[in-house]
Amino acid sequence: MTFDPDLIIQYLPDIVRALGVTILLWIAGSALGIVVGFIIAVARRYGPRWLDLALFAPVELIRGTPFLVQIFLLYYGGPFIGLSLDSVTAGLLGLTIYGAAYYSELWRSGFVAIPKGHVEAAQCVGFNRTQTLRRIILPEMTMLLLPSMVNMTILMLKETAILSIISVPELTLAVSALGTKHYAFVEGFAVLALIYWGLVEACSAMGRFAESRLSKYRFAAS
Amino acid sequence: MTGLPAIKVEKLVKRFGKTTVLNGIDLVVERGEVTCLLGPSGSGKSTLLRCVALLEEANEGFIEINGMPLGFASGPNGERVRLPAAETQKVRAHIGMVFQQFNLWPHMTALGNVAEALVTVRGMPRKDAEERAMAQLSKVGLSDRAGHYPSELSGGQQQRVAIARALALDPDIMLFDEPTSSLDPELTGEVLNVMRDLAESGMTMLVVTHEIGFAASVGSKIVFLDQGKLIVEGKPEEVFGKPRHERIDQFLDTYLDRGAATLL
Ligand SMILES: Nc1ncnc2c1ncn2[C@@H]1O[C@H](COP(=O)(O)OP(=O)(O)O)[C@@H](O)[C@H]1O
Ligand SMILES: [Mg+2]
Repeated sequence: MTFDPDLIIQYLPDIVRALGVTILLWIAGSALGIVVGFIIAVARRYGPRWLDLALFAPVELIRGTPFLVQIFLLYYGGPFIGLSLDSVTAGLLGLTIYGAAYYSELWRSGFVAIPKGHVEAAQCVGFNRTQTLRRIILPEMTMLLLPSMVNMTILMLKETAILSIISVPELTLAVSALGTKHYAFVEGFAVLALIYWGLVEACSAMGRFAESRLSKYRFAAS
Repeated sequence: MTGLPAIKVEKLVKRFGKTTVLNGIDLVVERGEVTCLLGPSGSGKSTLLRCVALLEEANEGFIEINGMPLGFASGPNGERVRLPAAETQKVRAHIGMVFQQFNLWPHMTALGNVAEALVTVRGMPRKDAEERAMAQLSKVGLSDRAGHYPSELSGGQQQRVAIARALALDPDIMLFDEPTSSLDPELTGEVLNVMRDLAESGMTMLVVTHEIGFAASVGSKIVFLDQGKLIVEGKPEEVFGKPRHERIDQFLDTYLDRGAATLL
């Protein structure tokens, strides 16, 4: 087996197309996961107690099982309960659910970390609950949670590789198909590693940039 | 409204679980008066202030602000009737609160902290709100720090911004909960000076403090709280002068050294 760069150049358009699918699913899945996770966290914190308890089990179930198993059950098990999805839709739904469970826990830790006094100061100048959430809690949490949100979003990218088992035409599927066809696994997986790593570094760099922009907002010592 | 006290606290009881923290407090703060609330740690000073600021709900009793019931009104048989939230907010708008921990919002500049409620709560255009906030900041001597974030300000500066934030909404009553207790000694002066100016301008103030000097010179009235009860109340010279209540003596011994206490 020899390393043949020509093979990669030859299949470049396919790889680029699959990379597009990966990036789209990653961004859409993460964004939806962040939003749904926020809704779950708010419902659990501010909603009635039964809602908190009702959401506890599914969040723990998702966090307690491998994504591979979840996506397999959703795609191949879904039709048994009348949920027949094409692979891309199932992939996006699976990523969203998986991300929402983790992101909701991050949001929850953010709510806990906001000093009670910051909220009371808002109450004292007449803010209602929604105004306090929008103007005080959310911005403060963004600053507190940014590093762990970036970290989770990086994990989300790597989880998209698992979507290859339900034949989502994403990067890992495309490259391993190529490897199988030409018996060029090493080339393929080396390229895969480099592309994922590059994306992760780009994501981290954006996170660091945002963090440096927010660094002034760090909590003041009193 | 003249003649009505700014704050009237009647038979106030506050319990946390089984512990009674405020055990039947009666207190009147007249308009334009500076009432200093003293007492050992854990005696319920913060809880009393927080009840007046409606950050805590009392279990029994009533609070009136400028003659208007706060949170609860007295029913025909003296029972507590909860007032609608809108009405409560209106009464609450008369009160400004300053905390020991400043509690500035870290993601906003000094100017942003002061202007925020004018925009969000009062619906003022941002530009007008910032103009007013700027005027308020210069009153506390911080116009040159308007663009700084709380993390870029000293404790004393942060507390002055917090005072400006409360004043921007034009309250006629200001509550202070140990405003200088988390400051280095050399920074307490600048905050106390701002409070002194405020008192001179005629603001009604209820101040929890361990600064005996401030209480004695600025306070119109001293109130001493012990174990949830108001045990001494009077003009500074009555409370600190001799003969002194035994608990005041003990308190002064704790917060001043013995030598200083005898000088009073
Ligand atoms: N949220 C709370 N839950 C339970 N106990 C409390 C709470 N806040 C205050 N306490 C108790 O009430 C008592 C009075 O507290 P506080 O009003 O803070 O006293 P002070 O301000 O005079 O030091 C203390 O014993 C304190 O432990
Ligand atoms: Mg206290």
